[in-house]
Amino acid sequence: MQNRLKINKIILFLSTAAAVIGILFLLWILLTLIVKGVSTIHWSILTEDLINGGIRNLLIGQFVMAGVASVIGIPVGLMAGVYLREYGRNMKLVNFIRNLSDVMMSAPSIVIGVFVFALMVAPVNSFNGWAGSVALSIMMLPIIISTTDSMLSLVPNELREAGMAIGGSKHRIILDIVMKSAKVGITTGVLLAFARIIGETAPLIFTSANSAFLTFNLNDQFPSLTVAIYNLANYPDEASRNLAWSASFVLTVIVLSINLTGRFLTTHKKRN
Amino acid sequence: METILEIKNFNFTYAGALEPSLKHIDLPIHTNKVTALIGPSGCGKSTLLRAMNRIHDIYPGHTYEGQILLWDQEAQKHNNILYLEKEDDMIALRQKVGMIFQKPTPFPMSIFDNVAYGLRLSGVKNHSELRDRVEVALRGAALWEEVRDRLKENGMGLSGGQQQRLCIARAVALKPSILLFDEPTSALDPKSTRAIEELIEELKQEISIVIVTHNMQQAVRISDYTGFMYLGDLVEYDTTENVFNLPKNELTKDYVMGRFG
Ligand SMILES: Nc1ncnc2c1ncn2[C@@H]1O[C@H](COP(=O)(O)OP(=O)(O)OP(=O)(O)O)[C@@H](O)[C@H]1O
Ligand SMILES: [Mg+2]
Repeated sequence: MQNRLKINKIILFLSTAAAVIGILFLLWILLTLIVKGVSTIHWSILTEDLINGGIRNLLIGQFVMAGVASVIGIPVGLMAGVYLREYGRNMKLVNFIRNLSDVMMSAPSIVIGVFVFALMVAPVNSFNGWAGSVALSIMMLPIIISTTDSMLSLVPNELREAGMAIGGSKHRIILDIVMKSAKVGITTGVLLAFARIIGETAPLIFTSANSAFLTFNLNDQFPSLTVAIYNLANYPDEASRNLAWSASFVLTVIVLSINLTGRFLTTHKKRN
Repeated sequence: METILEIKNFNFTYAGALEPSLKHIDLPIHTNKVTALIGPSGCGKSTLLRAMNRIHDIYPGHTYEGQILLWDQEAQKHNNILYLEKEDDMIALRQKVGMIFQKPTPFPMSIFDNVAYGLRLSGVKNHSELRDRVEVALRGAALWEEVRDRLKENGMGLSGGQQQRLCIARAVALKPSILLFDEPTSALDPKSTRAIEELIEELKQEISIVIVTHNMQQAVRISDYTGFMYLGDLVEYDTTENVFNLPKNELTKDYVMGRFG
């Protein structure tokens, strides 16, 4: 009895300590970022391109690639998730895809970058925005697939039956009723996937690389905020490193706000 | 026609099951009457009911044997619904044979759209026709007065009893010839239960009704015919009066007197 109480106290102490240490590091990072970011940021960086010491083209490029990735990744991910939960009859195949998706979720993003490099960069001998977008869309897929899959599993079967019982075809009921019931959860998954890729660097280093100019030509090297930060931070001059800090600050604000929106949606759903 | 539905020598086996869950069922469903199905839990009442609109077919691999003959008013003859295979034919069947579940299942949309949804699926496009038919259906389900000012609100915001009447309105809107109720009041309070029972009395003017119930008083109150099922057999079928007052089978007698169940 005495012993067990003691062990309890020790474990409580250890886990509290671990949590405090974790939070301290997180706060340290955030604080540094805010101090350095705010002290170096200047409005002009939002209106100038990298070539003139700004990040306008980088922001636009990052969003263009994330947008193209979403155009590919969201429909494919949604359809795969719907297939797994609503149509898959062959349980072996379904479970294989589920496992594959789980493995992809934990695959290091650099591996995905190298894979797309071999597929879409090496053959044409040029970094290009399409490759970057595809790499990002591959990163989105497992997140969207698994949230869609599990959100659909929360929709009670009675609702599907009720839909069919008033004369709906299977695909209509899935689109109009089942997906609608799971809408908030699925949207959250999509947002989280987007937040994940908007801040990714590794899949882009070997695919889109970076460009100092504003361009919309995805066949060419493409501007990327994250790759730019990675490069700038390695430059010896003060100006580049300062720009890296302010760019990091902007990126963090963007990722945080997308994540918070996702969180807000989920808690809002729970209240309803 | 005297019987809207004739079930003949019907067997049903669930996918993967070794034994049939329903054996040699012979059951007529009389037109514009209420037929109650009673029996202890697991005897196959829901299984039988769910065969009548072939909702079982949402999940693959079940086996039907025998005949379920549905009266076709246009062709003036009975058709075996077990022959249907195409999705379109199933949809047409389910529009004729509506179903109300134990748990109310409002769709995640407005009250109006809950009723209009099935109508739209069946091809009604014209907005004023939709409005009229939604109103008629909601009146028919004794819900109109309660929701007329809040048709745009979400159907999930109604009380359990109101939700169940919304589901009835949704089914009634399609002008079905049969409505199947699977324990429609077992999740409801006594007041809502009474409302649904009165509604069923109303509906039977136009619609033939089959209701599964665990509540013996309910069967006596609202049904004209009663079938007693036990372990996948239809043990006894007769007018409700006879089943409850002069049961022929010992099992039936024990069950209606509340000796088991
Ligand atoms: N999906 C299924 N797969 C296999 N067997 C099933 C399935 N659903 C029901 N059964 C079996 O079929 C038999 C009849 O079940 P059914 O649900 O029709 O009973 P019920 O009379 O409606 O019972 P209750 O009053 O509890 O609702 C039971 O033995 C049950 O275990
Ligand atoms: Mg049942």
